[in-house]
Amino acid sequence: MVDINESVMQFLLAFIVVGPLLGAAAAFLPAPPGLKGKSPEQAMLRHGVTVTGAVLIAAIVLALGFDHNQPSRMQATTDISWIPALDVRIHLGTDGISLPLLVLTALLTFLCALYSYFKMPSGPTPKAFVALLLVLESGTLATFAVLDLLLFFLAFEMVLIPMYFLIARWGGEQRQAAAWKFILYTLLGSVVMLLGLLLVGLKSGTFDMMALATDNGRSLTTSVQVIAVLAIGIGLAVKTPMWPLHSWLPDAHTAAPTVGSVLLAGVLLKMGTYGFVRILLPITPDGFRTFAPYLAAFAVVGIIYGSLACLALAKQGAKGDLKRLIAYSSVGHMGFVLLGIATMTPTGVNGALFANIAHGLITGLLFFLVGALKDRTGTSDLDTLAEKTGAALYGKAPRLGGLLAFGAVASLGLPGLAGFWGEMLALFGAFDPADGLSRPAFLTFMAIAAFGTLLTAAYMLIVVRRVCMGVVPQGSPGLADVQTYEFAAWTPLVALTVVAGLWPKALLGLTDPAVQQLLAGGTR
Amino acid sequence: MSSLAQPLAESVVQSVDWLAIAPPTIAAVVGLVVLVVDLFVGDAKKGLLGWLSVAGLAASTLMLLPLLDGDRSTFCLTGDAAVCSYTADRFTLVIQFLVLGGALLAALLSVTVLKDANRELPEGEFWFLLLSSAAGAALLPASRDLATLIVALEVASLPAFALVGIKRGDRKSSEAALKFFLSSVTATAVSLMGVSFVYASTGTLYLTEIATKIQNVDGQLHTLAQTGVVLTLVGFAFKTAAVPFHFWVPDTYVGAPLPVAAYLSVVGKAVGFSGLILVTVIALPSYADVWGPALAALAALTMTIGNVGALRQQPTHAYSAVRLLAWSSVGQAGYLLVPIAAAAYSQDAEKAVGSTIAYALMYAAVNLGAFAVAALVARTKPLNRISDYRGLYASRPLSALVLGFFLLCLAGLPPGIIGLFAKVTVFSAAVDAGLGWLAVVMAVNVVIALFYYLQWTTLLFRAPEEEPEKHRVPAPLTAAIALTAVLGVALSGAPQLVLRFSDTGLF
Repeated sequence: MVDINESVMQFLLAFIVVGPLLGAAAAFLPAPPGLKGKSPEQAMLRHGVTVTGAVLIAAIVLALGFDHNQPSRMQATTDISWIPALDVRIHLGTDGISLPLLVLTALLTFLCALYSYFKMPSGPTPKAFVALLLVLESGTLATFAVLDLLLFFLAFEMVLIPMYFLIARWGGEQRQAAAWKFILYTLLGSVVMLLGLLLVGLKSGTFDMMALATDNGRSLTTSVQVIAVLAIGIGLAVKTPMWPLHSWLPDAHTAAPTVGSVLLAGVLLKMGTYGFVRILLPITPDGFRTFAPYLAAFAVVGIIYGSLACLALAKQGAKGDLKRLIAYSSVGHMGFVLLGIATMTPTGVNGALFANIAHGLITGLLFFLVGALKDRTGTSDLDTLAEKTGAALYGKAPRLGGLLAFGAVASLGLPGLAGFWGEMLALFGAFDPADGLSRPAFLTFMAIAAFGTLLTAAYMLIVVRRVCMGVVPQGSPGLADVQTYEFAAWTPLVALTVVAGLWPKALLGLTDPAVQQLLAGGTR
Repeated sequence: MSSLAQPLAESVVQSVDWLAIAPPTIAAVVGLVVLVVDLFVGDAKKGLLGWLSVAGLAASTLMLLPLLDGDRSTFCLTGDAAVCSYTADRFTLVIQFLVLGGALLAALLSVTVLKDANRELPEGEFWFLLLSSAAGAALLPASRDLATLIVALEVASLPAFALVGIKRGDRKSSEAALKFFLSSVTATAVSLMGVSFVYASTGTLYLTEIATKIQNVDGQLHTLAQTGVVLTLVGFAFKTAAVPFHFWVPDTYVGAPLPVAAYLSVVGKAVGFSGLILVTVIALPSYADVWGPALAALAALTMTIGNVGALRQQPTHAYSAVRLLAWSSVGQAGYLLVPIAAAAYSQDAEKAVGSTIAYALMYAAVNLGAFAVAALVARTKPLNRISDYRGLYASRPLSALVLGFFLLCLAGLPPGIIGLFAKVTVFSAAVDAGLGWLAVVMAVNVVIALFYYLQWTTLLFRAPEEEPEKHRVPAPLTAAIALTAVLGVALSGAPQLVLRFSDTGLF
């Protein structure tokens, strides 16, 4: 769209990966004169907003400078040798698949930093909070930007420690246990993934994702591919999370502070699905074909399981926690993403990538809203909130209630909003899976998954009824409605949800050529 | 007469390459000088001895520099110049650097600890023992015959027993020394018997000669040779603290002065695994089917038992920090053994062994760093419980950050990037050799290890329970912490510095 010099593009991409790290290091230096702010805390939180803001601007400029006529071409590539002994290269680049994820990550982190500036979660000093947030951002952005298997692993691991501390230090009840569960599950998965990555790299002689993708698995025997897919797939599936490896997610979400939940659901889960698309599909296609039906089966079970769990939590008297409920709904949504990937068709994978972004926007918004609700009422327990008649958010805080209802209907996949297209395309993909996959099996999966959308609608509407509707009791204290800073943090998410719903081509036009090429034999 | 004697003397008397043997020699000579000087300096000036020893170790480390230009050998057979007892090749130099550097850092820690001990520890003897042990440890990687190897092993170990028991009148210390001594001597005796078996079946002590001759051993002597191989390895396995020769480690580390424990955890291990490498890869490559599976099983057991032992430490028990470091060092020894075991199965044994060396260099830097911070904390909290580290960030932010970094390096998680990539090389050696099961065992162990390392790290940043007291940190301790921290951070930025050893030939 905008013609930007290639070396500037390279710089921008390198900056959005390294910038947050430098920002995190700078957080430990004393503030320079003139930037001391009203208090050290305020200056520190402002530092976070500044750095994430700069990264967001860089990401937007990168997206503008991106050659939209050739989204399947790796752009803004940098390729420097780092550790020759292990053949690790600092190879960065972005194409139509990773660009939306980069922008989403930069956006969500900026919104989180902005939100925390006004509403810092209770816990230790903001200094560590900001530093950890920035390291987290760097790790996620690096995951989407790197094109080297070992670097991908490094980036994948880099988010663990910051997220652990964010949950364990700034979280709610049960935060220690939840943080441990999060890090141990993910680490166990990712070490197994490392073994798979090493197997691929050592057998084919390179760790470069582009070279491997172009090779399209030709230099790997089927048995190596099968083992590699199993090992890498487990690591990615834990992160995604795929049923039955999801059990860390509800605990982590329930205990995490609001911004932690937003980032966890909004971007960290995407690292898993992105790995499926970027690594397994092009590099080990034969191995992936072997496991695709199983992956689809687990995905569908996840969809139904997540919905049923949500229904159970939403029931009156179940003492269901709203954050936990949204976490389980994430398991269902990620099930659609995995189903789309498992079809191995352009339609399905495009749907998966679309659903990825949509889930990031919508679930991010929902976690923000529930966090705000918890701040105001002191609880996110559905029964306590709703009591007998319903929490009557429409009456007490109409704007908050309206936004919550908007998030809920977007999440259930209302046509015209972002949630719709991804899930529909994933189902379309399952209707006609790639050659070599059993069509009857995938038709069954499609039917079950379609039933899952009904269940999703059911629990989301129950939530809306119990939280938003109801009678305002006489003389009850009103709730503060949406504040300005909350509007600032949430409006972009709402707007993008609508835009992606009404103009899906903006996103699909980016991903489709890249996906076509990925499935046909790698990137150019 | 003299004209006749000239050629005779030339053929019998070896010419010695003094430059090649300088590093261990300087350490030994300075050790003797310290012992003598100790007799002549007054109590007030005993501190000089420490600085003399530090200078000696630094000098012998620096003497590695002129050797970098190429391989040198000395003490060769007069008949066959290719068969030598002492070789300074890349492998030797790297291990000598590791050993002498490790001893130097341990010496820096000792300066403070000895000063704090207020004449409770005999300084002259301490420095003499430390330097002698370091000289032996530096000799070991250069030895290329079994006799020198065993002698070097003993020179490295015997002073260590005394160092462990050096706390006068401390029952725990002498008990630890006795435990260490008895088990170590048994291991050496077994090892010596193995050497004699190998000698009996091959008729030579030179490693390269053994490698060729052991392939044509008489059928009757075959069992003898095999037994010899296994028994020889036992002594070195003991030094690396591989299971089942690990039980002395926790008590010994707790009983010994902290710098000695640090020294043992790094230099003692280096002695063990470099001996193992020499015996397996150089002398007995044809017996890979014997020692390969044995070492693989040993590695799996060692890492599992070590990590489980570390996991079971109660943070509130006395000396739990040192105990945890001791058990975790057993676990780390397991990782070090993995590439050696992989060398048995892989096409390129040197490359696999290089992973061990790369890992050992990383481990030496960060483990000594962790011990240095432990020594700092022990100044105010002599019981050295893990719970004493609670809130370290509030009183000493830099030390806490650095210790957290070291622990995460040991765990192998970013920001400890060098730890992560060192583990990756070990994993890749295992995967490359087709030892998938061992890689999976190690993967599980990495997760177990993360649990206790991270638990400790978390504690550092907790709110402190009591008002922190401020102390001035002595300069040598600061130097040791700063040196290891700079090393760790530099390596994290440029892992190639140590990982290159996993990519090139060493011998």
